[in-house]
Amino acid sequence: MMSYFKEIAVGLWSLLAGMAVTIRYFVKPIVTVQYPREKLHMTPRYRGYPQFVIDPETKTHKCIACEMCARICPSQLITVEGTKFPGEKQKRATKYLHEHQYCSLCGLCVEVCPTSALEFSQEYRLAGYHREDCVIDHLPLLQKRQKALNLPVTPIPTVAEIEAAIAAEAAAKEAKAKAAAEAKAAEAKEAPAKEDQEVKE
Amino acid sequence: MELVAHFLGSEGARMIVGLIGVIALVSVNALFLIWMERKVSAHMQLRPGPMEVGWHGAIQTVADAVKLMGKELITPEEVDKPIFWLAPIVIFLPVLLSFLVIPFSETWIIKDLNVGIILILGFSTLAVLAILMAGWSSNNKYSVFGAIRSVAQNVAYEIPLLITVMSIILMVGSFKLSDIVAAQSRYWFVAVQPLAFILYIICATAETNRAPFDLPEAESELVAGFHTEYTGMRFALFFLAEYTNMFIVAAVATVLFLGGWRGPFLPGVIWFLLKVYAIIFVLMWFRWTFPRVRFDQLVTFAWKILIPLAFVNLLITAFVLKLR
Repeated sequence: MMSYFKEIAVGLWSLLAGMAVTIRYFVKPIVTVQYPREKLHMTPRYRGYPQFVIDPETKTHKCIACEMCARICPSQLITVEGTKFPGEKQKRATKYLHEHQYCSLCGLCVEVCPTSALEFSQEYRLAGYHREDCVIDHLPLLQKRQKALNLPVTPIPTVAEIEAAIAAEAAAKEAKAKAAAEAKAAEAKEAPAKEDQEVKE
Repeated sequence: MELVAHFLGSEGARMIVGLIGVIALVSVNALFLIWMERKVSAHMQLRPGPMEVGWHGAIQTVADAVKLMGKELITPEEVDKPIFWLAPIVIFLPVLLSFLVIPFSETWIIKDLNVGIILILGFSTLAVLAILMAGWSSNNKYSVFGAIRSVAQNVAYEIPLLITVMSIILMVGSFKLSDIVAAQSRYWFVAVQPLAFILYIICATAETNRAPFDLPEAESELVAGFHTEYTGMRFALFFLAEYTNMFIVAAVATVLFLGGWRGPFLPGVIWFLLKVYAIIFVLMWFRWTFPRVRFDQLVTFAWKILIPLAFVNLLITAFVLKLR
C-alpha cells in the first residue's frame, strides 16, 4: 500500500521536474539565426578560401609572384603570373587565380608563402551556379576588400602595361648585357696589351 | 418594424446570433491555437517558430487554411463511402453544439440549460464515435488501430472524468453551468478540490487526444491514425474539431474550478478567455514535455490510479458536505 502512494508521489514529482525543464527552455532566448537577414560572426580561425593579406604599412598585397604556392599546391589549382615593373626591386603579381572547386583547404599555400602574403578568409558563402563561379580571382577581390575598408585601391596592371614592363625589362637586360659585353671586350683589348708589356719586360 | 424588434428580442434571434458568433469563434480560435501551439513548441525547443507571414507569423495558419481548402478531396476506392463522408461532420457537430451552454460571461450565454454540464460531457463522447467511424471506414489498418485505441482509451479516461465532475456537482447541487460559477463567488473550487482539478486536467488531455495520450493519432507509429486517409477540408474538420475540443475542455475546467467569468477590474468575457487560454497553454506545455504513454500504461494508469483517486475524492467530498 505504501509503495502505491510512493509510486504516485515519485511519478508526479518526475512529471513536474520535466515540466520545469521545458518552461525554463520556453523563456530562454532562441538560438535560431534567420539566415539571409541575420548572419553569424565567423570565428577568427575559420578557414575559408585563401586571400591576400592587406599589408598594414603599404595598404596593398605582398605577393612577389614567386610561385611557391603554385608549386606546393597538391591539387595544382593556383595560377600566378608576375612581372617586374621598372623602378621596382621585386616582381609583383599581375594575376592570381585560385580554382576553389578543387581546393581541399590544406593550407600549404598559406604556410609556404615567403612573404606571408596569404591568409584564410572568413567567407562561407561559396555556392555558385557554374564551375567558373568557384574560381577566385585574388586581385579584384583585394580591390573589393580595399574599397570596403576605405583604403587606396591597388590597380590591376593591364596587358599593355605588362607588355611595356616586359619590354622595358628586356631592353634593360639587353642594355646590361651589351654593357657587360663591351666591358668584356674592353678588358680583352687591355689584356693583350698587358701581355705585350710583360713580354717586353 | 415591430415585428423586427420582436424577432430581435426573441429566443430564435439569440440562437442565430449565437450560432454565427460560435462559428466565428471556432474558426478564429482554431487559427489562433494552431499558431500558439507552433510558437509554444518552437520556444520550448529554442526555435522562433513561424516568422514569415504577418507579425511573427501570426497569419501563417490563415495561409495554411487557404491551402487546405484548395486541396482535392480524395476518396480512396475501397473505403466505406457514406461513413467515410459522414465522419468529419459527426466529429465537428457535437463540438459546435457544446458551445450552446458555455457561459462566457453573466449575459454571454446562448442557452443556459439546466443540464449544461451533462450536455457537454454527452456530446464530447460522440467524438469517439466519429473517430471509430473514420478509422473503420478508411479501410486502412493504421486507421483501424487508431480507432480501436481511441475507443479503449475512452473507457479508460471517461470514468474518472465523470467521477471527478460529480464531486463538483455534489458541492453545487446543480448541473447548470451558471449555477456552478455562481457558487464560486467566495472562492474558486480549485482551492478546495485541488486533487479533482489535477484529475480533470489529466482526463481532459486524454479527452482531446493530445500528447501524452495521443494514441489514436500516434504519428510515429500509425502515420496519422484515424485520419490517415483524409485530405483537404475533411482533414481540416478533424483538425478544427481537435482544437475546438481543447477550447471546450479548458472552458469546462474554467467553469468548474477557476470561477468562470469572475475576476476583478476586467469584463467577464476577458477573464473567461484568459483563464481558458491559460489552461490551453498548460495542455500545450504537457504535449511538448511528456512522451507518449504506451497503451497498457494508459489503461493501468486510468484504472489503478485515476479511478481510485477520483472515488476517494468523491467520498471525502460527500463526507465533508454531510458533516457541514
